Amino acid sequence: MTSKRTPLDLVRAEPGPAHTATFDGAQIAVLPGQTVAAALWSAGVTAWRTTRGTGEPRGVFCGIGVCFDCLVTVNGRPNQRACLVRAEPGDDIRTQHGTGHDDAAEGEGP
Amino acid sequence: MKRGAHEGSARTLAVIGAGPAGLAAALAAAVRGSRVTLIDAGAQAGGQFYRQPAEELGARRPQALHHQWRTWERLRDGLAAQIATGRITHLTDHHVWCVERLDETSGFLVHTLHGPAQEEPSVVRADAVILATGAYEKVLPFPGWTLPGVITAGGAQAMLKGGLVLQGRTAVVAGTGPLLLPVAAGLAAAGAEVAALVESAGAKSVARHARTLSAHPDKLVEGAGYVAELMRRRVRLKARHTVVEAHGDGTLEAVTIAALDREGRVAPGSEQVVRCDTLAVGHGLLPHTDLAETLGCRLEGPAVAVDDEQRTDIHAVWAAGEATGVGGAALSLAEGHIAGCSAAARLAGRPRAWEAAAKSRARSREFIASLDAVFAPRAHWAEQVTDDTVVCRCEEVPASAIREAVGELGATDARTVKLLTRAGMGWCQGRVCGPAVAGLAGCELQPTKRPFARPVPLGVLARAGEDLPDE
Ligand SMILES: Cc1cc2nc3c(=O)[nH]c(=O)nc-3n(C[C@H](O)[C@H](O)[C@H](O)COP(=O)(O)OP(=O)(O)OC[C@H]3O[C@@H](n4cnc5c(N)ncnc54)[C@H](O)[C@@H]3O)c2cc1C
Ligand code: FES
Repeated sequence: MTSKRTPLDLVRAEPGPAHTATFDGAQIAVLPGQTVAAALWSAGVTAWRTTRGTGEPRGVFCGIGVCFDCLVTVNGRPNQRACLVRAEPGDDIRTQHGTGHDDAAEGEGP
Repeated sequence: MKRGAHEGSARTLAVIGAGPAGLAAALAAAVRGSRVTLIDAGAQAGGQFYRQPAEELGARRPQALHHQWRTWERLRDGLAAQIATGRITHLTDHHVWCVERLDETSGFLVHTLHGPAQEEPSVVRADAVILATGAYEKVLPFPGWTLPGVITAGGAQAMLKGGLVLQGRTAVVAGTGPLLLPVAAGLAAAGAEVAALVESAGAKSVARHARTLSAHPDKLVEGAGYVAELMRRRVRLKARHTVVEAHGDGTLEAVTIAALDREGRVAPGSEQVVRCDTLAVGHGLLPHTDLAETLGCRLEGPAVAVDDEQRTDIHAVWAAGEATGVGGAALSLAEGHIAGCSAAARLAGRPRAWEAAAKSRARSREFIASLDAVFAPRAHWAEQVTDDTVVCRCEEVPASAIREAVGELGATDARTVKLLTRAGMGWCQGRVCGPAVAGLAGCELQPTKRPFARPVPLGVLARAGEDLPDE
């Protein structure tokens, strides 16, 4: 039925076997070739950053690397644009708080 | 035409951007004997219009998400053939952060970053450069536009075409411009429930330009095709409507849409709430001009200024496609072709011929001019921007701060507003908030001088002078 149609069906995709990464410690399945943002969307996650000032949640906005709203910490490296960076097997993806540097994570930014 | 014997000594051309414009430019130049390095940030050629799913996703019918697939096949196969002959070198995943002009005779150094974290530097030397860097989406703010779930219309399209993903189940597509139609149709075809397509332009303004528009039946047929598809899927089409607010607690849950009166103001009492978890919104596109600006190219309004041959006013620098003004894939192809022909001719001192492309360019430009008039962002959008609406998403600057900078502190231009409020000083360097700040401050959108087109690690900058060109 229509509610089950997916983008993968539409283009008759036959992706390679999914691999596993983690988001904030929980396992998520990732299709090979997907960006971190695409992998998180597939896992039902739409926000993975909180802002430096008011701590508001953010996720993808422009989808093409221009807005920097989708910043995320991957394998301990903060400020990666989730919409550009590919998700690799075993990646440790974490919500980025503020600047992504622990010292500034709480309260005021620099 | 070919010049096998001189292959090794052919002058080199760097084409930056592998969208329709860059591909057409690279192919035209390569066929005419230039050696081309095609440099693009993406993992595959295609740019925005022909964005391809990652190969590993194994899409057997990617054309289900595309228009003009035949043209893409021609470009793709042409590129493969030229790569095989060695005339084109295609550098994927290379982000150009600066194009450095040496002097009239020694050409250019194109500085790029590659690798997964975009930190590995490399340099490409070239005798001439074609900038085909495309455009990005303009979104004017409204209360709630920073909620996760609100994305740009083109961004939704890019995530769908490239990653084969949807953000949620129920989407509203809103704003203004011809891009909204393929986005709504694409989301619906891929399984999203599209609750409404909300376009602020009205049927009347289309009628006013009916004459020019009807001189382009192919484009109208394409548009009508999308509309028919949306109607078949029972998508509500709301012309002369706008989204006034996005609601949700931490993530998008609904939007309020409202009708617009003749002046573009919200008609009181017309508001209705539409439940959705995705709002794909866009108010047009803005040319990517930062590389052109650092080279010192003259701009005209927000776009790189070019002559009939797509030459900028800087020697040996051409620009093509949406960097020179937003006009769609067909116009980008024509401009790219002309730029490639012109560059190859000038590099090799050969006669030039591109009448067919010049005709197609002229026709497309005429069409685009009337589209622009139909789809201007609605007047009075700023009235819906409440004081606490965040305008600069990076620095979290609310509208009140911008209004205060203008009303109380006397700022009269965007630069002063920026200095007083920090709007535009964050990660995106004002690319996203620029039009909104200008609109709220009542001044023109000025090109901002950004030192680099991409964030550059300090270590790379420190070593930039020492890097030797790859070739
Ligand atoms: C997000 C988005 C989605 C769109 N989707 C559609 C659509 O589905 N249908 C439609 O009709 N129109 C769409 N458009 C409109 C589209 O811009 C044009 O119609 C067309 O793609 C323009 O062609 P172009 O070659 O000028 O630029 P583009 O296709 O945008 O190509 C520019 C290329 O340059 C590269 N680039 C830019 N800067 C750099 C740099 N510094 N270093 C390295 N590479 C760089 C980009 O990665 C890109 O591949 C979309 C626009 C946007 C912004
Ligand atoms: S969503 Fe804009 S940079 Fe990633």
